[in-house]
Amino acid sequence: MRSTIRVELPAGLRLLAGLGREVRVAVEGAVTLRTILDALEAAHPTLQGTIRDRNTHRRRPFIRFFACQQDLSHAAPDDPVPAAVAQGLESLLIVGAIAGG
Amino acid sequence: MSRVRLLVGTRKGAFVLTADGARRDWAVAGPYFPGWEMFHLKASPVNPDRIYASQSSGWFGQVVQRSDDGGATWAAMDNNFLYDGVPGTHQWYDGTPHPWEFKRVWHLEPSLTCADTVYAGIEDAALFQSRDGGRSWQELSGLRRHGTGPAWQPGAGGMCLHTILLDPTDPARMVIAISAAGAFRTDDGGQSWQPINRGLRSAHIPDPTAEVGHCVHHIAMHPSRPGSLFMQKHWDVMRSDDAGGSWHDISGDLPTDFGFVIDVHAHEPETLYVVPIKSDSEHFPIDGALRVYRSRSGGNAWEPLTNGLPQRDCYVNVLRDAMAVDSLDACGVYFGTTGGQVYASADAGDTWQAIVRDLPAVLSVEVQTLP
Repeated sequence: MRSTIRVELPAGLRLLAGLGREVRVAVEGAVTLRTILDALEAAHPTLQGTIRDRNTHRRRPFIRFFACQQDLSHAAPDDPVPAAVAQGLESLLIVGAIAGG
Repeated sequence: MSRVRLLVGTRKGAFVLTADGARRDWAVAGPYFPGWEMFHLKASPVNPDRIYASQSSGWFGQVVQRSDDGGATWAAMDNNFLYDGVPGTHQWYDGTPHPWEFKRVWHLEPSLTCADTVYAGIEDAALFQSRDGGRSWQELSGLRRHGTGPAWQPGAGGMCLHTILLDPTDPARMVIAISAAGAFRTDDGGQSWQPINRGLRSAHIPDPTAEVGHCVHHIAMHPSRPGSLFMQKHWDVMRSDDAGGSWHDISGDLPTDFGFVIDVHAHEPETLYVVPIKSDSEHFPIDGALRVYRSRSGGNAWEPLTNGLPQRDCYVNVLRDAMAVDSLDACGVYFGTTGGQVYASADAGDTWQAIVRDLPAVLSVEVQTLP
């Protein structure tokens, strides 16, 4: 099954990839953080390494994932995301932590 | 008429400053990559319109950018800096073993002979090479695998490889420097390396003959005399005339020998420039007066250059990659400050003007002399 997922990017990554606030990516099969990020990076290779490590796929420390008023930052990458995200009703929010100067 | 192009990296973006050969009136373009730390930008001497840039962020990590039109447009290159093999550990600040971890690219050094070949000095210290214009990177791991690697420690700014000097007379010879491991040289194109720190003295190292552990801030070389190297160490301005085989102190009459930048006049291999900084705990000029010091004798005798520079209430720093010289007949000298000023001298340092005064903190300055 193919799902169209809505993803919101932080300003720095929109600038880097030349994208708007919301991006739509197509995910085949199970909709998880891993499959969403795989699809996002495949569609926009410039984002590789900016959200998660290129090789370990570990989330970068100052990046957080939110959706449906839940903090998904510590969710397992292969867990299903909330149904509303999988159905394209809500966005997965990729957020840069409030830090730095 | 010749013209010059300054490539300025700052804490919050990159800027390209251009002027004709008179170097009086400047156009400022940018910020490029606003909000990102632009550690270093440098153009290929083979193709001056090809510029490599290190774009970094605490949130989003490392990106390498490339322009093929002199900085007007940019494209992201590969950012996968994967150490060769299992990198092991170096020393942490407290002396305990700490895993080698990629953090950022401090310095990009394009090849002297091939526009597609570029070297990257990274933190945690290692040297990478790309032969395809930045599309892929491979570690020259002979450096990190040097037997002293597990003893290397970070300086306050991190364990960065910040200086890469290519010998124009010998393609196999390269000199690099790491804070706070010291300087190293390869004579076989990066396969094997030797530490070149004999003669350096650092108060924080108990063993005065220590092979590594010196906090080298920057090294400069004149292309006509690649055997002569000039070093601004944490403390001490040093000189070697045997490609780093031995060093001697040329701080001479400098008011303080702490600092970060050092450079060599484009046409006078014995004319040097430094910006003395008060101390390792007070990173600003002595007495609030910004002074470049010039030696016309290869060191030891230095003269302050103040005309056009602020001589009161100035408490900026000049970071290690933030000075450059052009190659016009009257050598131009440029430097950027942590206060966001970029100063230019079109007469080898006799007089200065601020090209811009209010950029974000300047991390690096490079200059191109263009036809």
